[in-house]
Amino acid sequence: MTDPTPTVTDPTPTDRTPTERITAALPGTSVVRIAGVGKTFGTESGGVRALEGIDLTIAQGEFVSLIGPSGCGKSTLLRLIGDLTAPTAGSIEVNGKPARRARLDRDYGMVFQAPVLMDWRTVAKNIELPLEVMGFAREERQKRSGELLKLVELEGFAGRHPWQLSGGMQQRVAIARALAFDPKLLLMDEPFGALDEMTRERMNLELMQIWQRTRTTVVFVTHSIPEAVFLSTRVVVMSARPGRIAKIVDIDLPQPRNVETREQERYFELVTEVREALRRREGGEGQLAPPDADRIRAEGLA
Amino acid sequence: MTALARARRRSGSWIPPLVVFVAVLLIWEQVFLFLDVKTFLIPRPTVIWGALVDQWPTTLARGMLYTGAEAVMGLLLGVVLGTLLGLGTSRWATIRDTLVPLGTGMSTIPIIAFAPIMINWFGFESQLPRITVVALMTFFPVMVNTIRGLTQVDPAALELMDSYAASPFQVLRKVRIPNAMPYWFTALRIAVTLSVIGAVVGEFFGGPLYSLGIYVTNQTGSFKYPNAWAAIVIACVLGIGLYLVAVAIERIAMPWRRADGTALE
Repeated sequence: MTDPTPTVTDPTPTDRTPTERITAALPGTSVVRIAGVGKTFGTESGGVRALEGIDLTIAQGEFVSLIGPSGCGKSTLLRLIGDLTAPTAGSIEVNGKPARRARLDRDYGMVFQAPVLMDWRTVAKNIELPLEVMGFAREERQKRSGELLKLVELEGFAGRHPWQLSGGMQQRVAIARALAFDPKLLLMDEPFGALDEMTRERMNLELMQIWQRTRTTVVFVTHSIPEAVFLSTRVVVMSARPGRIAKIVDIDLPQPRNVETREQERYFELVTEVREALRRREGGEGQLAPPDADRIRAEGLA
Repeated sequence: MTALARARRRSGSWIPPLVVFVAVLLIWEQVFLFLDVKTFLIPRPTVIWGALVDQWPTTLARGMLYTGAEAVMGLLLGVVLGTLLGLGTSRWATIRDTLVPLGTGMSTIPIIAFAPIMINWFGFESQLPRITVVALMTFFPVMVNTIRGLTQVDPAALELMDSYAASPFQVLRKVRIPNAMPYWFTALRIAVTLSVIGAVVGEFFGGPLYSLGIYVTNQTGSFKYPNAWAAIVIACVLGIGLYLVAVAIERIAMPWRRADGTALE
């Protein structure tokens, strides 16, 4: 109940990130508890097993990335946490209650790969959408959207429409919208997958700053190894068919992360560690696939 | 952008078609005068204009009102019914999947052919035959497009609303209806064009002497071709006028579409 460490982990819990040290000291602060979860699409007999035997506990304030080849079910796992789809086995708790209850209580914010902004709404009104749904008063909504526009550094764009913004700016609006109602948990499904490499690195830095300021727990799906290592306190490496957790890599890079983080020796070691964990699974059948093949494929599909 | 520049840009889009229109009239006039084309074939623009001015006070003004009223009432009826049925059925996939192909099929039926039968039902004096024809003609495109707009929503937008635990009504109001508006207005434009056609052609089978459809038939029958052409011009004005009203409503209802002169698709 109180142990924030995952049930499936590599057996070296010596190196702990500052966040984990904090949360380890506070009992009962696990935000997500996944126990024995499986997901089969289609019928039980002839269906596709997307996920099998997933055990994972995420503590408050953590930034956990899910990484793996396409078809490993990382997005499905994220949707299971968000109760956008239901598991066929096991149980998922968010904030100590069933995932469905947590969704109905509006415990999490969601960011997709596409910004999914409403063209008929201005930037400010897009950020206010969840607040409208949840019945906040107008003044409260406007106050919140103002604060969030400042947080994502888009103060001057409140009255613009989404199509007048660049892709990176649109995604920042989507992040602001997800944070609008102060959710305890932020679920992000390849949010920067459609952006070019330079924009993506800048967005990573900005997301780090937002995370440090808000202290929101983040579950982040990505197919980029550098992105996962740079952002996370833990990286969950998954393997495909059926989707399983192959390895969990603790990212013990110092906080706060910044431009220099990417130049540290330890950063490269961790990138290599994640890459090898991915490759080991890929090469299981004897054929050694380049580690980025799935990423390229996934981006081609995006 | 200054108000002047904006005004110039907006009027700018009107100038080329207007120039072409005037040029066509001028060429039509001069070439037909030069070739001495007989009036019973195609009269010159000035001849048509003379007939229009001549006939306007006695019949054409009344005809425009009468036929226009049929078109507008039929249009309103068809659009309201089409929208309501679209809204009502979009939530139930089975009804929708039955209605959309049926609606598409029905819209290929030449409804105008029912006009004489409806005169049989409602009588010669009544405007109801034309109103019914117009309502039926405009109903289907509006219903089909309403359903399409309400259902062809980005699945991610629906998941987003799900993640907020939004009620079906909130999803309808905040996602589905705004999403359906461009579809709906496309249908409205089609419906407006159909409404004047339906009213005028419906009158070919019966109506008061001053109604545009009857007037065209009668004047042609008595070889007064410029008068018939004048009535056709009035029907055109009616159609274009209603179309412009529809476009104006569209612009007011969806201001985000023109904010930059950029139409979204």
